Amino acid sequence: MHSFPLRVAMARVCGSLAISTSVFLPMVSHAASDQDVAELKAMIQQLRHDYEARIDTLEARLTQAEKAEAPTQSEQPSQPVSLPAPTPTPVAAASAFNPSIGVVLSGALRSYSNPAGNVPGFLGGGESAPGAEGLSLGESEISLSADIDNRFSGKLTASLADDDGETSIELEEAFLEAAIGNGMRLKGGRFLSNIGYLNPRHAHTDDFADRPLPYRLMLNGAYKDDGVGFAWVAPTDRYLEFGGEYLRGGQFPAAGAGHAGMGAWTAYLTLGDDIGFSGSWQAGLSYLDARADERLSGDPGAEDSFSGDSHLWIADAIWKWAPNGDPTLRNFKLQGEFFWRDEDGDFTPNGGTALPYSGRQRGWYVQAVYQFMPQWRFGSRIAGLNADDPGAALAGGALDPLGHDPRDYSLMLDWSNSEFSRLRLQYTYDKSTRQANNAWTLQYIMSLGAHGAHTY
Amino acid sequence: MQRVILSLVFIVLSQPSQAALSVFACEPEWGALVREIGGDRVKVYTATNALQDPHHVQARPALISHLRRADLAVCTGAELEIGWLPVLLRKAGNARIRNGSPGLFMAAEQVQRLEIPRQLTRANGDVHASGNPHINTDPRRLAQVATALEKRLAEIDPAGSADYQHHYQDFAARWTAAIQRWRKQGEALRGKGWVVYHDQWVYLEDWLGIHRLGELEPKPGLPPTPAHLAELTTRLANQPPAMIVRAAMMDPRPARWLANKLDVPVVELPFTVGGADGAGDLFGLFDVTLKRLVGALE
Repeated sequence: MHSFPLRVAMARVCGSLAISTSVFLPMVSHAASDQDVAELKAMIQQLRHDYEARIDTLEARLTQAEKAEAPTQSEQPSQPVSLPAPTPTPVAAASAFNPSIGVVLSGALRSYSNPAGNVPGFLGGGESAPGAEGLSLGESEISLSADIDNRFSGKLTASLADDDGETSIELEEAFLEAAIGNGMRLKGGRFLSNIGYLNPRHAHTDDFADRPLPYRLMLNGAYKDDGVGFAWVAPTDRYLEFGGEYLRGGQFPAAGAGHAGMGAWTAYLTLGDDIGFSGSWQAGLSYLDARADERLSGDPGAEDSFSGDSHLWIADAIWKWAPNGDPTLRNFKLQGEFFWRDEDGDFTPNGGTALPYSGRQRGWYVQAVYQFMPQWRFGSRIAGLNADDPGAALAGGALDPLGHDPRDYSLMLDWSNSEFSRLRLQYTYDKSTRQANNAWTLQYIMSLGAHGAHTY
Repeated sequence: MQRVILSLVFIVLSQPSQAALSVFACEPEWGALVREIGGDRVKVYTATNALQDPHHVQARPALISHLRRADLAVCTGAELEIGWLPVLLRKAGNARIRNGSPGLFMAAEQVQRLEIPRQLTRANGDVHASGNPHINTDPRRLAQVATALEKRLAEIDPAGSADYQHHYQDFAARWTAAIQRWRKQGEALRGKGWVVYHDQWVYLEDWLGIHRLGELEPKPGLPPTPAHLAELTTRLANQPPAMIVRAAMMDPRPARWLANKLDVPVVELPFTVGGADGAGDLFGLFDVTLKRLVGALE
């Protein structure tokens, strides 16, 4: 099915070809007889006549078609009105192959009525305390990501932090990912483990200025490590994903890369679905098995250490709601996670001798965030921890909860000028230590450049 | 008895070859277009509805599970779905549907796009580097997408190519006739000025020759502010627009406020299939759109 313009152009080309042949004909006519020439001339005349006639009809039909009412258009369905060719996807220059670069800037002003102390019953890592009091720069993240080829994609995220006047670069993530097909994908490198709900997410997407208590004390913010991961999405109507990871075991709550550098593994299961147009949910269960060899607590004053096995179960659930499924004006989400951890091994107090330790710790949080009008969100969160009494030998040490159940209660209000900028005010009544602390935080989070799509 | 068993066996065995092509449509207009051309050969899942802003869709679990089983995904492209589709593609792990494979069909790549920014900065709001993605408001461009979609369906499912061609020709004939009709109806709108909520009608403006006098959003993607609405009121007092239009998915309040100030009608347009009563398919979408626009002039 040719379009009008194409047919006209073809006819014109053929016609002019015939004409130009007749013009150049006398030059070759010496070799041919008069009769041949006459015959050729007649043929060409006929050709020209035919084409001119056809061009005339085509042009007449074209003029007719160009009038809005032209009934002949129904014969040419794909050309109701001639539109220009598709716009090619813009390719600026060689830089089009450069990875996408995204930068996250964050900073905070914090005010505490009491300085943060140690949470009794728990040996945290270096990131377990809330941020520094006063004005401070949060983590500034730079991430680069791109498709490597048709099978692999890669991402690198580095975070810059200022510790006592020295800028340190920490490699947050450096991984490749491969889609195998049939719902399977592989990951390799350093990445945030896919356990729990918040763990695989970057802190700048959190709804509160600090991670909930169980994340801070049991996972040092988030568990990330070097290794490989596998995930499979089942071919079911309801979303069902299974996955597992084998990791080096060099990062909290693992330590020392035990078992010859294969010190940790995880397994998880995630389920999710819609509830009508307006609601959706996701729930998961994950397990982390980590080997800790001389895991030091983050407390610079007293570096206690733990060696042994750490088994952590996390159950998470989230429910999101938005009128007709459109979160632009209003939306609500309710999420919660529960942690159970068993640790068996030896606890070595700073400068002391190793003591056998076996205990269970629990942690949880529940939070709700409501966007009540465009740009504005309000949220509240309750988080708590609970640790078993470690026995008489460890009484009074860092692992002794001293009969205290750590809790904190937070309220937050944030404003986002666009999806790339957010300002947040948060109040936390912090009873995680034995002395209550009224903590106020004013925070900004800004994303520059390429900003990856957010997971559910 | 044997016959019954044999025919049952035949039905069971013939089931797989009858299995419909599973299509994941990012927006309702593409779902409707796939149904027109695919007919019974396709099973369409539409990821969003007409009341959802396709810029801000959450990468919900149900979307991942549907994309994982799809043979073809039909989306707008031009970065409209940049906030959610990449996550779905990554998590679904579907080798048939990935960037550059025929299973990922981007409608905006099949047409000429307008408003390709000369300068890319987010200071101008949520701008799209590949141009304005809301191509579904121009039926001529929809026809171009249909042409490309028919080819793509035949490429993915060669066994059905005759069916697709047949459906396509039928659709194209009806569509062309409908465009004539809509164009005639829309003549009354030529040269008129309007104010839009979000810059999502540029292709309709291009088609019907409507002038845009302003947007309720101060910058694309940012919600209307009192200051911006006040500025619009002053600016448009002397040359009031013929109407203010907003898509069904957008907040009705700012449009109503400005309409009261300027004493002009507000027209709620379906924007996509399912956005209004009677806009259940692509033909209904433009029937309702033209009817409401022309109605607002009276």
